[in-house]
Amino acid sequence: MTTPTIDATSAEVDTIAPVVRMVACGSVDDGKSTLIGRMLAETDSVPIDQLEYARTTRRGGSTIPVGEVDYSLLTDGLEAEREQGITIDVAYRHMDLPNGRRIIIADAPGHEQYTRNMAVAASTANIAVLLVDAARGLRPQTYRHLTVCALMGVTGIIVAINKMDLVGYEHATFEELAGGVKAAAARLGLEDVTAIPVSAVTGANVIETAPDKMPWYHGGSVLEVLESWNPPDVDNAQPFRLPVQVVVRADGNFRGYAGTIANGTVRPGDKIAVADSGQTATVASIVTYEGEQEFAQSGEPVTITLDREVDVTRGDLLSAPGEGQVQPADKYAADLVWIGEQPMAQGRSYLLYCGPKIVPATITAVRHRLDVVEGHKHAARRFEMNDIGRVEFATDSPIPLDPYDECRETGGFLLVDRVTSDTVAAGLTRYALRRGDPNIHPHTYDVSEEDRSRLMGHDGKVIWMTGLSGSGKSTVADATVAALHAQGVHTFVLDGDNVRHGLNRDLGFTPSGRAENVRRVAEVAKLMKQAGLVVIVALVSPYRADRRAAAQIFDEGDFLEVFVDTPLAVAQERDPKGLYKKAAEGDLPNMTGVGQDYEAPENPDVRLDGQADVAENAALLSQLILGDD
Amino acid sequence: MVPIPAEQTIAEPTVSEDAVLEVLEAEAIHVFRETAAAFQNPVLLYSIGKDSSVLLHLAVKAFAPAPLPFPVMHIDTGWKFKEMIEFRTRMAEELGLDLRIAQNKEAIAEGVTPFTHGTHEYTRLMKTVALREGLDRYGFDAAIGGARRDEERSRAKERIFSLREPGHRWDARKQRPEFWRTTNTRLNEGQTMRSFPISNWTELDVWRYIRKENVQIPDLYFAKPRPVVDRDGTWIMVDDDRLPLREGETPEMRTVRFRTLGCYPLSGAVESEAADLDTLIYEMGASKMSERSGRLIDGEGGSSMEAKKAEGYF
Repeated sequence: MTTPTIDATSAEVDTIAPVVRMVACGSVDDGKSTLIGRMLAETDSVPIDQLEYARTTRRGGSTIPVGEVDYSLLTDGLEAEREQGITIDVAYRHMDLPNGRRIIIADAPGHEQYTRNMAVAASTANIAVLLVDAARGLRPQTYRHLTVCALMGVTGIIVAINKMDLVGYEHATFEELAGGVKAAAARLGLEDVTAIPVSAVTGANVIETAPDKMPWYHGGSVLEVLESWNPPDVDNAQPFRLPVQVVVRADGNFRGYAGTIANGTVRPGDKIAVADSGQTATVASIVTYEGEQEFAQSGEPVTITLDREVDVTRGDLLSAPGEGQVQPADKYAADLVWIGEQPMAQGRSYLLYCGPKIVPATITAVRHRLDVVEGHKHAARRFEMNDIGRVEFATDSPIPLDPYDECRETGGFLLVDRVTSDTVAAGLTRYALRRGDPNIHPHTYDVSEEDRSRLMGHDGKVIWMTGLSGSGKSTVADATVAALHAQGVHTFVLDGDNVRHGLNRDLGFTPSGRAENVRRVAEVAKLMKQAGLVVIVALVSPYRADRRAAAQIFDEGDFLEVFVDTPLAVAQERDPKGLYKKAAEGDLPNMTGVGQDYEAPENPDVRLDGQADVAENAALLSQLILGDD
Repeated sequence: MVPIPAEQTIAEPTVSEDAVLEVLEAEAIHVFRETAAAFQNPVLLYSIGKDSSVLLHLAVKAFAPAPLPFPVMHIDTGWKFKEMIEFRTRMAEELGLDLRIAQNKEAIAEGVTPFTHGTHEYTRLMKTVALREGLDRYGFDAAIGGARRDEERSRAKERIFSLREPGHRWDARKQRPEFWRTTNTRLNEGQTMRSFPISNWTELDVWRYIRKENVQIPDLYFAKPRPVVDRDGTWIMVDDDRLPLREGETPEMRTVRFRTLGCYPLSGAVESEAADLDTLIYEMGASKMSERSGRLIDGEGGSSMEAKKAEGYF
């Protein structure tokens, strides 16, 4: 691969970005489909058979005579939405401008419920074309889109004040609306705003300027502005970042680190640091299929070799050393765009994906929810789909993240649900709250876990019993422990009620409270297991994701999930603590099985029939525990 | 307001074709690397056409100097052009490919041909079912394909990483939003992934890239005298004696080329003089028909691509 002829020392070279990513925002009513469709058609960016389709096909409600092109049909995609006449997702299209530039358009629907799609489309965009209906004026939508653009790092905004034909091409109307948008944009820190009066229907100021209709306008058409606009200069002075996607190994001991440069530049001889471990090395070569390369910059996929052996795996971040080095941290403040169908649960463990890096992360605090129309910050305890706001999160191990505004690729991340594997949030790192303390190193004990096992005569183990309140967990746990104890096994029971009297007395029964309860009990169980005990946890632990997170801090085989399967009706009938009665009277809104769901394990290691004889169940469990050794 | 001269001119630096291709290539290589590293058992779907040829070239570049880290699978209906199969054999040898062939042997044994079944049913049996079986047989959890967003309107909504539910079903609502270059590659039991490195390329980009990088492609793309019959307004090549000639049909030699390659009885040829890449690219600019217009498979039903994808088609 050849390098684009931009050199670090001559960044001012008279070149323009060959490819510009654009997000189109505004609703169907604003005439967005017509504007985009017309630009696609008039730049020859759609095949003629699709153009012919738009000339002959008509949807219900269309007033455009057959034979003329209904431009809005060119941007419709799925059958389902054609029937409903709306766009329901982000669509990507290309447009070739006369000067050779390629525009990749992300077309985001305008309805309020699709803020998430707007965020997706804006996440990779350099520029936005924001539609405003001149006849209807600025609407909440306009502010929402501006806010999302600012948040996601879109730097250029073209405001197309559309339907000028409906307001008599009046100069004053345009100035008023343009002024309003610019003021709102300025408040959000958006400086590069160009307002253009257009009529997508008549084509005025879309491809060519229309001095006959709007002699008072002296700027360029939408197409002209798209041709000449440039993203802020690629600042090659920015510190180098290379997230390692693949370690390439080949004959002759070749070992290269491949990935796409996220920021800055690289040359052979440059010093780099592995951000995750702090090890440093010097770049020996930049290897390509065609041979070695002397220089590479942001956006280029490269394979580099280092002058010495360092420990680098997929997910590590190669960084400029010294001042430009990114330090790992395990606590950050970030803005989240919540896109999951399930609301966010504070305290629950999600998987954080940043480029090739994956690490478990927990939302530890919600600072505020952002009103994307008014710009106000509201107190909030959780987010629902399409909410945007500020949180704090902690990761299981320190990771290097950049502030999003400095680098999208190393500052933007996804949160993924452990059970559904759905992406539930997009995160924008703002700043680190706690750098990994270089003074805290896990201490290696002289007496190992194996040593303790030998002395105990058995291995430590964790038996995690989950089930409804009243399912019989504690009863079976007690009986099991009695049986084991009699055989000389060192045991302990961590019972939900007991733990909540002490260690966890600050926690409630909301989904977040339960997540933290499970996390703490799992950590305590782990310490006890390391001490050599067989630990039986008896905890409702109703959520799959929480149980899965608990299991994941143990090695395989050290953790057994036991489902005490008792029908809700039976548990309610037993009601040993009178809790179901209280819940029925409305006193316990968070009661599992009543106000909250119980997510039964899909594949537990053991399923106990909660209605079977207690001694039988205990015998089964102890046999399993002993037999394993 | 200060009056601005009406004759404002905007300086227009121009962008070279190659500069656009380099950006597209960078994106594709990133997708290849991500797919190879994030999944347990990925495979490159290789259809021998121009898009597949570009994919293969990109894959080689993505992992150089190491060899391809995944196998290559061809869905062979048994009705491909002879030249395509020869080309496949040659490429596999030259690049040392781990080539797997997937076929719906059951359907072939039952005598399914492009002539016994409608194009939709034929495609379902010979391509969609064969693909599903091939993926399942080898346990591939990610399949890299050459689909492009400009091919058809419903493809504009397709993700670069497209999730498939158990049974390889594509569910529009389950598609994961794609932010930046970070991809959620996590799979649940039974789910698989399709990845499309050249999603953002156009047909013209593919041709220009082939020219820029000297990518090898089958000769069928270039105009040459070939034996054809005129069937329902389309030139069909008589590639072997399995093509049942209808009454009044006599093969004649015409100078034709193919815009897309597939099963020869279903691939319409166009009359053309384009015997080299420059002429071909020039001709493309003049015609501007979408390439799938020459593909008889897509003809049935307004949104047939969407319907086929829901069944597990690529």
